[in-house]
Amino acid sequence: MTADGTPPIAADGATLAFEDRALWDRLTLEVRRGEFLAVLGPNGAGKTSLLRVLLGLQPLSSGAIRVWGAPPRRGNRRLGYIAQYRAIDPDLPIRGWDMVGFGLDGHRFGIGPRTREDTAQIAAALDLVGARRYAGAPVGRLSGGEQQRLRVAQALVGGPTLLLCDEPLQSLDLHYQRLVVEQISDWNRRRGATVVFVTHDINPVLPVVDRVLLLALGRWAVGPVNEVLTAETLSRLYGAPVEVLRHHGRLVILGADLGAHEHLDERAAPLP
Amino acid sequence: MNSLWHYDFVHHALLAGAITAVVAGTIGPFVTLRNMSFAVHGLAEVGFTGAAGAIVLGFSPEAGLLGACFLAAAAFGALGVRLRERDVAIGSVLAFAIGLGVLFLSLYTRYATEAFTILFGSVLAVSRDDVIRSAAVGGAALAALAVIARPLRFASIDPEVAEARGVPVRHLSTIFLLVLALAVSITIQVVGVLLILTLVITPAGAAQRLTLHPGRIILYSVLIALGATLGGIVCAVYTSLPPSFFVSALSLGAYLGARWLSPIQRRDGRAEALRPDVVRTERNGGRGA
Repeated sequence: MTADGTPPIAADGATLAFEDRALWDRLTLEVRRGEFLAVLGPNGAGKTSLLRVLLGLQPLSSGAIRVWGAPPRRGNRRLGYIAQYRAIDPDLPIRGWDMVGFGLDGHRFGIGPRTREDTAQIAAALDLVGARRYAGAPVGRLSGGEQQRLRVAQALVGGPTLLLCDEPLQSLDLHYQRLVVEQISDWNRRRGATVVFVTHDINPVLPVVDRVLLLALGRWAVGPVNEVLTAETLSRLYGAPVEVLRHHGRLVILGADLGAHEHLDERAAPLP
Repeated sequence: MNSLWHYDFVHHALLAGAITAVVAGTIGPFVTLRNMSFAVHGLAEVGFTGAAGAIVLGFSPEAGLLGACFLAAAAFGALGVRLRERDVAIGSVLAFAIGLGVLFLSLYTRYATEAFTILFGSVLAVSRDDVIRSAAVGGAALAALAVIARPLRFASIDPEVAEARGVPVRHLSTIFLLVLALAVSITIQVVGVLLILTLVITPAGAAQRLTLHPGRIILYSVLIALGATLGGIVCAVYTSLPPSFFVSALSLGAYLGARWLSPIQRRDGRAEALRPDVVRTERNGGRGA
């Protein structure tokens, strides 16, 4: 279907504006096959909207974006999507099994039992994230970390070659952050899947990121971490002095709001 | 007393009751999943107005009931109305619908009887034709639900991800409202407008306390609805007291019993989840209750 050379994502002058305010203006970018792209930016910079455009849920204001060479469309089986964390009603009669199952066949109409292959595939996805153990419990009563691993399994169960992740580390403690990053980067490295990873903190993904797309105040910059997350680039983007410090292998950005500490942390994620 | 069982009206009541219980019990888990009890009540109230209007105009109340429910569902769907308890505008319009129904009935001479019948149910007065109509309407509702059940559940739980996966979330919501209108219109004939939730919500609520397996939730919900409806009719036949009372009493009893027995009540359900055979039981139809 797609020639090897077709990039998973190609944006050409893509602009998204709400009421004359451009979230990002003439974004031009080619994401390579197997690349791990982190998307950073303050709240309201249009990070989630970028994912929604790629999923076919949000039309562009102008310009073009192509996913595997075609305009974005809903229901593209090659895409996996981890939506932003959202609290789940503890009384909701939905188990991890059901949640991951939706990722595989939730879109199919009609009734009928699952095939053995489908069931095995769901079990494999649960195993991949280590969620099999609690897959029978109501999802609303699991910890944030357990729920998030189920979301990862839901996104991976169909075997996507392009994985879109919206703040998958939000509301997770360090232990679970590491686990989720490991699972996603594993999918990236071993299966050659392309990953677009929206985050407000670059540090948990610093070792696995290929390039960073920074969205801020309608402007954008893309490139390797040490080119984009510099005092110079950030100061230009924000139009104000920004400092970048390196501390024990972590990046600390001073003077720029990358949207951190906004939703931290309604829900602690205790160890299982 | 036994001779009562030879009467047609008892057979009709039991048949209509059974059909209604199966339909209401099946649709109930979807209603609770989508938090739509307010919508059920709303549709029933508009159905009352439709039935009352039909009587005044000389049509059959059943046709008016079904027509009004269906039109209201289509309107709610088209407007994308969110039927939530908080919504003052919707609540006010629905209250007015009931007021309008009362006005219609007051224009009709047998006002009190008809109002009572529609509001509180009249399962012991259903005819052979009513039973056949219930079966046809109920069958249509179940067939439609079978087609949309899986994507509907997905869309109910995670509309954003479902939409990204290609589920037509908005259309499903409208289709489900129409299916709900069918179910509500036949349920009203058994328990009435005011007791509609006793068959549409309560058995589903009880079933969810007993199991988390999606198929079993529906099965238990249907069984509880059947028990409450048929049991209620039998009690009514023996005592000459209103069937709606017994149906709602049995239904509530089942709910309280389920809450009391609930294995899911345990703080996090992990005791069951820890069982190593989760996968095997899933394939065989689910985790034990």
